[in-house]
Amino acid sequence: MTDDKFKDSIVPPLQDDNEDGLLMSALPHSRELGMRLISRADDEAVLMIPYDPKLIGDPQTGVMHGGAITALLDTCCGTAVMMSSKKPSSTATLDLRINYMKPATPEKSVYAHAHCYRATRSIGFVRAIAYHEDRDDPIATASAAFILNFKGGSA
Amino acid sequence: MSTVNTPTPQMLDDAFAALTEKIPYISFLGVTFQRRGDEVSALLTYTPDLIGNPILPALHGGATGAFLEITAITSLTWVAALERIHSKPEWDGTFAPQPKTVDFSIDYLRSGKPQDAYARAIILRRGRRVANVRVEAWQDERSKPFIAAHGHFLLS
Repeated sequence: MTDDKFKDSIVPPLQDDNEDGLLMSALPHSRELGMRLISRADDEAVLMIPYDPKLIGDPQTGVMHGGAITALLDTCCGTAVMMSSKKPSSTATLDLRINYMKPATPEKSVYAHAHCYRATRSIGFVRAIAYHEDRDDPIATASAAFILNFKGGSA
Repeated sequence: MSTVNTPTPQMLDDAFAALTEKIPYISFLGVTFQRRGDEVSALLTYTPDLIGNPILPALHGGATGAFLEITAITSLTWVAALERIHSKPEWDGTFAPQPKTVDFSIDYLRSGKPQDAYARAIILRRGRRVANVRVEAWQDERSKPFIAAHGHFLLS
């Protein structure tokens, strides 16, 4: 991935724990998944899903279902778009492509880091990685486009 | 398909239930299935927990994307299970390992309304190692899907 900012950025921790609560209260399904906002900065966001047996996709291995990771990446990408300099009032996914590199390890939390590397008047383009501890050893990578909505019509 | 076995409907129902009812995430999301011959029809039952945008309101894109992925995988596992059931003189009740998603590409066509959704997959190709699947979900009208996806799955 040739995105230097994405690779090197260390998104600072949240200043206010309540930010996490605010985001998740606005996203009932993310809350149901136990998702947490870990940090956010300009154009970027880090979210996490703790391991939970209810999210298992393969009972023989205990591996978390890819669908939960889809939801994590979608929410993380959407949050990064909301953090873009265009400051949309809301956003919606147009397309989301996920490549799975390896299964998630049972019992481990899954993190996602998304970077909105380009935002035009109407579209935000995002890349994201899902991982446990090491972003260089990804579970999955994602590439997405989001439509930007602005209060009172387009910007 | 060279048929050695002629399974009874009960046997097929039991196999189908065994395949779909033991996966925690499928129950968590509230997805249920019906078998239609070798095809699978999926239902996502609406609950407020599926909402991703309370203002519209709209279903969470992660939830509906996961619904499609589940439908694609279940369609593949059911076809594979039927092959086993039909070909083995005495089927031992075991299934092939679950297909692993290699990539999944989702198009969000419309916002998902706060109501039930239905999905069906088309297996474009099922090779020895990789399967290529297209899947769509709709709500009021079959001809107006609100989400569609295309994925590759590793079978062995």
